[in-house]
Amino acid sequence: MTDATIPASTAGSGSASARSSLLTVDTHTRRRRSSEARFRLLGLLAVSLGVLALLGLLASIFSNGLSSFQQTYIRLDIHLDAARLDKAGDRNPEQIAKVSTFGYAPLIQKAMEEKMAAAGIAIDGLSANAAAELISKEAPAELRRYVLADPSRIGQTVPFDLLASGRIDGYYKGRVTMASAELDRNVSPQQLQLADQLKEAGILETRFNWSFFTAPDASDTRPEAAGLGVAILGSAYMMLIVLALSLPIGVAASIYLEEFAPRNRFTDLIEVNIANLAAVPSIVFGILGLAVFINFAGLPQSAPVVGGLVLTLMTLPTIIIATRASLKAVPPSIRDAALGVGASKMQSVFHHVLPLAMPGILTGTIIGLAQALGETAPLLLIGMVAFVREYPGEPPAGFFDPASALPVQVYNWTQRGDPAFVERASGAIIVLLVFLVLMNLIAIVLRRRFERRW
Amino acid sequence: MNAGFLILIVLGVSALGYFFGRRRALALSAASGRRLHSLPTYYGQLVALFAGVPALLLLLTWLFVQPIVLHGQVSSLIPDSAIPEGGARSLVMADVERIAGGLDALMQARGLGEAELDRMRADMTDIRSRLADVGVALGSNVPVEVFEAAKAYRSAHRNGEMLMTASVLILSLGLAFLAYRRVSPELRARNTSETFVLSLLIGSSSVAILTTVGIFGSLVFETYNFFQMYPAEDFFFSTVWNPQFRGGSDLGILPLLWGTFYVSLVALFFAVPIGLMIAIYLSEYAGSTMRSFAKPAIEILAGIPTIVYGLFALITVGPFLRDWIAQPAGLGSSSSSVLTAGLVMGIMLIPFVSSLSDDIINAVPQAMRDGSYGLGATQSETIKQVILPAALPGVVGAILLAASRAIGETMIVVLGAGAAAKLDLNPFEAMTTVTVKIVSQLTGDTEFASPETLVAFALGLTLFVFTLGLNVLALYIVRKYREQYE
Repeated sequence: MTDATIPASTAGSGSASARSSLLTVDTHTRRRRSSEARFRLLGLLAVSLGVLALLGLLASIFSNGLSSFQQTYIRLDIHLDAARLDKAGDRNPEQIAKVSTFGYAPLIQKAMEEKMAAAGIAIDGLSANAAAELISKEAPAELRRYVLADPSRIGQTVPFDLLASGRIDGYYKGRVTMASAELDRNVSPQQLQLADQLKEAGILETRFNWSFFTAPDASDTRPEAAGLGVAILGSAYMMLIVLALSLPIGVAASIYLEEFAPRNRFTDLIEVNIANLAAVPSIVFGILGLAVFINFAGLPQSAPVVGGLVLTLMTLPTIIIATRASLKAVPPSIRDAALGVGASKMQSVFHHVLPLAMPGILTGTIIGLAQALGETAPLLLIGMVAFVREYPGEPPAGFFDPASALPVQVYNWTQRGDPAFVERASGAIIVLLVFLVLMNLIAIVLRRRFERRW
Repeated sequence: MNAGFLILIVLGVSALGYFFGRRRALALSAASGRRLHSLPTYYGQLVALFAGVPALLLLLTWLFVQPIVLHGQVSSLIPDSAIPEGGARSLVMADVERIAGGLDALMQARGLGEAELDRMRADMTDIRSRLADVGVALGSNVPVEVFEAAKAYRSAHRNGEMLMTASVLILSLGLAFLAYRRVSPELRARNTSETFVLSLLIGSSSVAILTTVGIFGSLVFETYNFFQMYPAEDFFFSTVWNPQFRGGSDLGILPLLWGTFYVSLVALFFAVPIGLMIAIYLSEYAGSTMRSFAKPAIEILAGIPTIVYGLFALITVGPFLRDWIAQPAGLGSSSSSVLTAGLVMGIMLIPFVSSLSDDIINAVPQAMRDGSYGLGATQSETIKQVILPAALPGVVGAILLAASRAIGETMIVVLGAGAAAKLDLNPFEAMTTVTVKIVSQLTGDTEFASPETLVAFALGLTLFVFTLGLNVLALYIVRKYREQYE
């Protein structure tokens, strides 16, 4: 009761009470609140910057690369002239093989002329030679392979889808325009007009590019023929080696460290080494591969076996860390129960703990493999950048043949002059990303399906 | 016989060993009426392990050691007079190996026998053109000593392979037989095979040590060779990097180190504030819908291979910076620049910084937040004045780890930073880094005898020491200061 007099006396003393009222916000509070809002906005900005960076990255790759899954073809009826391809007339494959690609180019040019005449297409100031340049320089080689595969086709007239040259292909993907063709030595506006007319006549069409996934790399001047076949095969071989080596070694090492290792110097040394290996820059592993596997042990350069070994060493820490985490997650009661009914320590681990930890181990392994699949730098040093056109043979001998790898193929294509290779490189990245997404999806599904919470 | 086939045979022997070992244990137990000490499969497992593992280990060691021994033996056959002026013994040895490989191809192509090869003499027949026919190109005519050395190398190589096949098979069959003979109901098969398995587990975990030894050994060894050919003080203190393949190169590391640090600095300048703010926002402010969308998006950034970032720098960020900023401002006309590489590397590091900081911020005890709110602090004041100071050691550790990542990053700088080694302050200029030069010095055909190649190992060692130092420092800081909250 006596308290009531105190506020009454202060209220009378002036405007101080108005300033400290809870209902009106004073400047100090306002400043603190706006600083709070600013900080919050800053955080939101950072998050959106991160997400924007991701979107920008993907947008750039996809906008540049999606067109590589389309390819322009020109359909011609080619008369496989026996007088040119098989002068002796006895269909002897060895004699036919002696006709080089130069022997096939005139056939294509002739077929082109006939097709244009039949469709009634003529462009002023465009020679027959220039018209034939619409077709890729790779096309004669393709035709030659087709003939050699079955010499009895000689003498027939066959409809054949020929690759259009890189510039014509680029014209339908927006890379080449009439204006740029004026300045380009490799293509003229007349050729583009011809291409347009061929397209109207239904002779030229752009459709899905299967050969991008199967064809080998092509030379600098033939971007239209370059494919990922050798690279995909090489990457697959390396992943096989990585899986076959890093999974057993990684799991064995983790079992020892998690279940058996006594706490001593040796164990500490191993632990420090694993932590350290996880942080060593990937290029240093490349140097190791070059110095030890190639120079010292004499393994061949550019071979998937060396790449596989190097990537195995890089993947091991990832797999070990994941495996140890999932072994640790198996509750001790499982071990105790097994030991309690008379199992040995080894039996309790191999018969009970390991099967329960398997989903986690597999998830970790797949993520490790995905990392290894995208790794580029160490592979550059062990010679995987070499220009390889031959498919590696069947395993195990094929592991020692020269091959390429997906990410290295991307790097390789970025180093070439023709802008068409930028499209190819981005396309290869999309293929790589699709593989990575698939692997990660499998890992997520595995985790959702089989992971047990104890 | 080639190694792959040999491995298959050893595995076959091992599988048979399992089958027969198990059968013998069961048969003996049935015949004598005694109970087996272990389960029957352990007897099979024991025989299989003895048949397979030692033989495979021998095979691997042999494959590794044989080239070294051969190299030493044959190298001593070449007199100093056969080594060309100014050349190195290792170059001649490389020729010897090529000729030896070519001889096999030659014999196969022409159906020659051993006797004809013996009669083939470098001073009588034109070896060079004959080898060229089977696709082995040699730089010069073959001296007699070199050709004889190649023949010796080839025959030693063949003998070695035969010896390897024989000894691996004998070891596998012999141990399988010994283990099989020892199978009896009293044999403590489970204990023995478990000890065997345990030693295998220990062996697997020492792969990590072997790898480190391999990395360190090869780096130090080749760096030592490099410093034999090139003065160390020039390497460390020269400001000129100008490799010449005819000799007389300037191989100063300073411009490369400067480029590395400049790019990393730019990257950290972008990544640290953004990554840290993302971690703060997602752990302190964001609602669950926001988190469930933004967090995976940021994590996807971490899973993208660096070559993708490299391509992004090359085709998008580089041209953008050049056309919109550098050229209008007159600062440069190169699309590959420090800023390009730094910016893209920054994007790569964002998820790294944010996930590490996220863990650290979450590790700050809730009681400290509650205490701060209780005193009337706003959320941002709590973060800035309580959480961040408490998490500072961890954040510093995360930044150091990110820095070590940035220094060792290769593909982004190869595609984004350029190849010109210079000491410059303009971020729109192309500069180069240690990793770029390792790639450019070691890509393509490499001869391990010139300082221009070996310098890559000295660069690698420098890189290794730097990243290792940063990692150790980061771990030390995190461990030392984290304790006070646990």
